[in-house]
Amino acid sequence: MPETDTTPAEERRLLWRTVEVRQVIEETARARSLLLSVPGWPSHRPGQHLDVRLTAEDGYQAQRSYSIASAPEAPLLAITVERIDDGEVSPYLAGEVRVGDRFEVRGPIGGYFVWTAALGGPLFLIAGGSGIAPLMAMLRHRAAAGSHAPALLVYSSRTFADIIYREELNRLAAASDGPRVVHTLTRQQPAGWTGATRRIDRDMLAETGIAASARPRIFVCGPTSLVEQTTPSLLALGHAASLIKTERFGPTGGLR
Amino acid sequence: MQDPPIARGFRGKRPPVGNDRLPPGQHLTSDFPVLSAGPTPTTRLDSWSLALQNGGALLGKWSWQEFEGLPQTQLKVDIHCVTTWSKLDTHWQGVTIDTLLQAAGLSAPPQPFVMLHCDGGYTTNVPVKDLINGKAMIATHYEGTPLPPEHGGPARLLLPHLYFWKSAKWVRRLRFMPHDEPGFWESLGYHLYGDPWREQRYAGD
Repeated sequence: MPETDTTPAEERRLLWRTVEVRQVIEETARARSLLLSVPGWPSHRPGQHLDVRLTAEDGYQAQRSYSIASAPEAPLLAITVERIDDGEVSPYLAGEVRVGDRFEVRGPIGGYFVWTAALGGPLFLIAGGSGIAPLMAMLRHRAAAGSHAPALLVYSSRTFADIIYREELNRLAAASDGPRVVHTLTRQQPAGWTGATRRIDRDMLAETGIAASARPRIFVCGPTSLVEQTTPSLLALGHAASLIKTERFGPTGGLR
Repeated sequence: MQDPPIARGFRGKRPPVGNDRLPPGQHLTSDFPVLSAGPTPTTRLDSWSLALQNGGALLGKWSWQEFEGLPQTQLKVDIHCVTTWSKLDTHWQGVTIDTLLQAAGLSAPPQPFVMLHCDGGYTTNVPVKDLINGKAMIATHYEGTPLPPEHGGPARLLLPHLYFWKSAKWVRRLRFMPHDEPGFWESLGYHLYGDPWREQRYAGD
């Protein structure tokens, strides 16, 4: 694990900042991106997250962590929120919120699950569901920074309609020097689907992945089951544990 | 100080328990989410050991069998993760730090701070006063069964009165030190101490 960024700890207090929702993008039936203007935002590195705080009229407050999905170069800060039906904050952010609404965030938080173009590649990203969000920040940054680092995304979704950022991923992949994007659809596939249809496993990582000899920097983000299944496969394929960084989320509690 | 903006239309779910059990900014979960920064280490029990160190000097070392033979304690506690979930009434079994110090023949802790070292390279720092007098244990069982690897098995620290990143998974070594030093997350912007009741999530809180 100890391959760590050497950026010193942020010593001053992370302030709550009022954000305004500037744009709402319906990514899938369950997930939305919110584009936020954040006066005074101190910038971030791709992979970092922030805390959201919502205040109800009677003063009741709720806080949650969300990965930042936008590149540092983007003019607006983006988070992508998947609705959890019995959740408290996600049904609000992924359903109720509209342009002009205001709430608070503070961050950026976390300095381990981070990639910047300066670190170089190859970059090997593995995502499940809305775990794509922090990895998308990396791919967006890679494009914005003009990085030529070889990059691969292996992305597991339940169905075609559940693929978050689908068109943008297509555009990124189509660009010269764009990342290679491999989708797998685990629950249902559209007619004519020729891609993978099973959960990400060792064979898939061996066939499509970047070889361990290239020493890629690997970032895995998704449900615990995905992380617990893929990281042993990566280790078995010879990738060094110190190059594998993980972030997990479950239906409650975890990041996102 | 300005009032926070009202999130239009946000009502939220009020927690069903009194505020005396839920620290500020936390919400209840019935799940047990997993958060860790890298692959889950797999350590065979026959090569597992737990060591107690003062600086570079070894104070005590236990094999898995020896460790399992130490007096066991059960705790029922609430746990609080910095990512804002809390879980109430969790049941743990293991060896308290008091028992461990006793087993090493120490009448008092030799230094005021401890760095915990774990499989996978994780570290976290804790003042000794937060570890003794029944406040913390090396836990090997959760809800009556051996602790699963993704939750820190075979053995993790259980330090329920601080944010749960302090309850280091896969712990292998407790190193006493004369001064407080930041561990892994503490070097990456998280609070050096991490008291949930004072909402010490990040440096400067």
